[in-house]
Amino acid sequence: MNNENNHAMQVTALCNGTVIDHIPADKLFAVVNLLDIPSMTGNVTIGYNLDSKKLGKKGLIKIADRFFTDDEVSKISLVAPSVVMNTIRDYKVVDKREVKMPDELHNIIKCNNLNCITNNEPMPTHFNVTNRAEGILKCRYCEKEVNINDVELL
Amino acid sequence: MKSRSLVSINDLSREKILSLLETAAKFEENPNSKILDGKVVGSLFFEPSTRTRLSFETAANRLGARVIGFSDAATSSASKGETLKDTIMMVSSYADVIVMRHRLEGAARYASEVSPVPVINAGDGANQHPSQTMLDLYSIQKTQGTLEGLNIHLVGDLKYGRTVHSLLHAMRHFNPTFHFIAPEELHMPEEYRIFCRENNIPFTETTEFNEDVISSADIIYMTRVQRERFSDLMEYEKVKNCYRLTSSMLANTKENLRILHPLPRVNEIAHDVDENPKAYYFQQAQNGLYVREALICDVLDINI
Repeated sequence: MNNENNHAMQVTALCNGTVIDHIPADKLFAVVNLLDIPSMTGNVTIGYNLDSKKLGKKGLIKIADRFFTDDEVSKISLVAPSVVMNTIRDYKVVDKREVKMPDELHNIIKCNNLNCITNNEPMPTHFNVTNRAEGILKCRYCEKEVNINDVELL
Repeated sequence: MKSRSLVSINDLSREKILSLLETAAKFEENPNSKILDGKVVGSLFFEPSTRTRLSFETAANRLGARVIGFSDAATSSASKGETLKDTIMMVSSYADVIVMRHRLEGAARYASEVSPVPVINAGDGANQHPSQTMLDLYSIQKTQGTLEGLNIHLVGDLKYGRTVHSLLHAMRHFNPTFHFIAPEELHMPEEYRIFCRENNIPFTETTEFNEDVISSADIIYMTRVQRERFSDLMEYEKVKNCYRLTSSMLANTKENLRILHPLPRVNEIAHDVDENPKAYYFQQAQNGLYVREALICDVLDINI
C-alpha cells in the first residue's frame, strides 16, 4: 500500500474538485490550516506521510467540489512552494499545475513593520518578490525587505 | 490617478537626478518668480518638522504659489480618526500639489496612489526623505563641481540614519567610494553593504574617527549619534565624543573637502568648525530651498 501508484486505492476517487499533491510532509498541516479545511463541510481526504520518490514523505489533500482562486494558490506557494494542484472534473484531471510564487503578492501577507502605513490604514498590502531563490519580499510601501519564512498571512 | 509624484529617491534615474539639479541651479540664480502664480500647495505635516516645512513653504511662496495646510496632526482631522486616504482626497480637491510629512512609513506612496494631484514626500517615518537627498546631491555637486568618482565619508549613526542610506542609494549612479565610520552598535546595516557589492561600489569600514581616516575625503557627511539608539548607555557614554569633528582635525584634509550635515546638529560638529571654510552645512540647508523649488515645479510639469 505504500507504493505511490496505489494512492487511488488509499483515498476515495474524486468526481469534481481539487487534489493538492507533493506537499512536503512537514508543511501538510500548515496548508490544511491555510485553506481553512476544518471549516469545510464537503468531503475532504488528507493523506499524511505518504511515500514519495521526490520528497521522501509527502502530504496530499483531496477536496471535493472545491476549486481555488489565484489568490488562494498564491498563499499556498508561500507555505509550500512546488506543490502540484490538480483540478478534477468528472473523474479526470483537466488541469495540473505546479504552484509557483507570483512576482507580486496583493493583500496576501501582512507587513511585519508596525510603522508601515498598511498596518495603520484600511488598505491592501502589496509585496514584490525581490529574490526568488532566497525568498526575499519587499513591501511596496515601507520598502522593508522580509524573508518569506518570517511573514504572517492575512 | 497617474501623476508625477516624488515618493522615493530610488525611483529617480541618473538623468532625472541631473536634470532636477540643473533646474535647482537655475533657481539659485533666480529664486523669486511668479511661475506658480494661481497655484495652491497643500502642506500636510502630520508630524511636526519645522525645518522641512519652512523650506517647502518658502519655496512655494517665492514662486508665487499660495500654501494651505497644517503643521501638526493634532490640528488636522487625522486626530478625529479620519483615514489618510480621506484627508488626501479632501485636500487634493483644493490643492494642485501636496507636500506631506507623516510618521508612518509608506504613507507618501499610498497617498500618491489615491491622490489625483502629485504628492511630494517630505519624509515618511524612517523610510524616505527624497528632498533631503536631492539637496545633499546638489550640495555635493556644487562644492565639488561633479558627482562623479568622489570619496565620501559617512560618519556617526549609519544604522538608523535615513539620510545616509538614501544618499548611498542615490550615489550609485556616480561611481563613488564610501567610507563608513561608525561605532559598533550603529554600523552600516548588512543590506546596504550587499547593495554596495551588487553595484560595484567600493567601501571601507572603521570604528575610528581621526585625522588619518578623513585625509582622503572629498565629502564628510556627519550625522548625529543619538543616545536613544543605544541599548547599553555605557556604550553610548564611551562613544558619544568619539564621533565629534573639530576644526583641528581638518588641518591636513584635502582643499576641496566640504563638511555636510542634515542638521540639526548637537555636539558632533564642534562650533569652531563653523568658521572653517570647509564647513558647508548651513549653505547645504539653504540649498534645500532651490532644490524644493525645482521639485515642486517638476511634479507640476512646469518647465523652467
